[in-house]
Amino acid sequence: MTACPRKPALLLALVVLIGLAARPAWAQSTVAEGQKLAFDRGKGNCLTCHVIKGGDLPGTIGPELKDLKARYPDRNELVAILFDETRRNPQTMMPPFGRNRILTEQEINAIVDFLQTL
Amino acid sequence: MKAGSSLLLGSLSAALVAFALTSPRVVAADKVDPAADAKAFQNFFFQKFPNVKHEDFVNGPYSMNEDMKRQWQEKEEFPPYEFALDAGKEMFSTPFKNGKTYADCFPNGGIGIRQNYPYFDTKEGKVVTLELALNRCREANGEAPYSYVKDEMASLTAYMAFTSRGKPMDIKIPDDPRAFEAFENGKRYFYTRRGQLNFSCASCHVQSPGQRIRAEILAPALGILNAMPIYRSEWSGMGTTTRRLMTCNSQTRAVPLEPQADEYRDVEYFLSYVANGLPISGPGARP
Ligand code: HEC
Ligand code: HEC
Repeated sequence: MTACPRKPALLLALVVLIGLAARPAWAQSTVAEGQKLAFDRGKGNCLTCHVIKGGDLPGTIGPELKDLKARYPDRNELVAILFDETRRNPQTMMPPFGRNRILTEQEINAIVDFLQTL
Repeated sequence: MKAGSSLLLGSLSAALVAFALTSPRVVAADKVDPAADAKAFQNFFFQKFPNVKHEDFVNGPYSMNEDMKRQWQEKEEFPPYEFALDAGKEMFSTPFKNGKTYADCFPNGGIGIRQNYPYFDTKEGKVVTLELALNRCREANGEAPYSYVKDEMASLTAYMAFTSRGKPMDIKIPDDPRAFEAFENGKRYFYTRRGQLNFSCASCHVQSPGQRIRAEILAPALGILNAMPIYRSEWSGMGTTTRRLMTCNSQTRAVPLEPQADEYRDVEYFLSYVANGLPISGPGARP
């Protein structure tokens, strides 16, 4: 998964390309996978802080996650927020999921696919 | 969206204060000034929560939420910590094998003194917490120390807190550079991010008090130790200050320190000093 950590951009481009090429089947499965990862307490555990459609017992620390595709048309922005939100906001509560290796790039990409459906 | 952005602004200003507190140069001098820190700390919370009565901050999450406060007041009629209080009182009056008692180890026989802990011991050059003093008392009298996290230790501290309820926290910083260093060290520990999730104590208890993290309402850092020890339904029992600090560390995937490690002693010193003037409310009960 982290076999080539030095080439995140390349990997990203690759993932995006594959995503474009094989939209329907691939997209659906990663959306489901992304939702699972986002809700899993041992993985994203995003509900700790965010209201997300379909999730129980959300916290209130972060904003509700919705209309994200409209507000972040470039999915890389969402990837960046998940990778390390302290770059945008040094004081943020949001954990740096990518930088601190809580989630792999693949997992982050799956979650972003899910976020884009909200 | 509205809620989200005002929240963001709120935490931003909190962060600014937190930042100002962590970097003394911003505040003015390089000199350690605990009195000024305490004042700024208290004012931050008083301004952030203008509707919370000052003496109410010591009730943790209940100070942040009227509904929860009502539930809690009903609970107080049959307090879940009562068993610990009874046990603590009993232990306090039962002599050790050598005939001495806890009362012999403490000023005023240990009654009504919770507000003076932790204190800086100028002989040892370190902070001494109430839990540490209790185990030292046991060992000095030939008894084995208790676990720092629950059971007997929670019962003893529950009883000592109960006899001190309503007394204003009264922590002194003696004129000793090591005492100032301990305060600074505690402050640094409090504001430093750690662990895989990258949280500092302040992330949760300064930036986000009153917010829900999952189902739990975060307690404000002001007066956060005044209610210790606490009964928690989630623990099905009592927990000491040590237990709470270790739990907060491990829940955020940071490695908890050893009980009574210097950093824990110092962070207790910092948090208690900045709560000076606020009443002891322990033992507490939490959902
Ligand atoms: C401990 C709290 C916390 C956790 C856990 C958390 N976030 Fe966040 N998140 C925040 C906060 C606070 C913000 C507001 C922006 C900031 O602080 O920089 C935010 C902002 C965001 C944004 C931007 C939202 C917008 O409207 O602009 C996205 C997207 C996001 N988070 C996704 C996630 C996902 C996906 C997860 C889980 C993998 C997650 N967050 C976990 C606290 C958290
Ligand atoms: C990611 C969030 C988080 C972090 C970081 C965190 N805590 Fe907590 N803390 C909690 C939660 C949740 C509770 C239980 C609800 C409450 O009372 O706030 C709690 C409770 C407490 C309590 C008991 C308050 C009461 O009245 O019940 C104390 C004391 C405390 N924390 C101190 C600390 C200290 C000191 C640190 C840093 C070492 C710390 N916390 C770090 C989330 C956190």
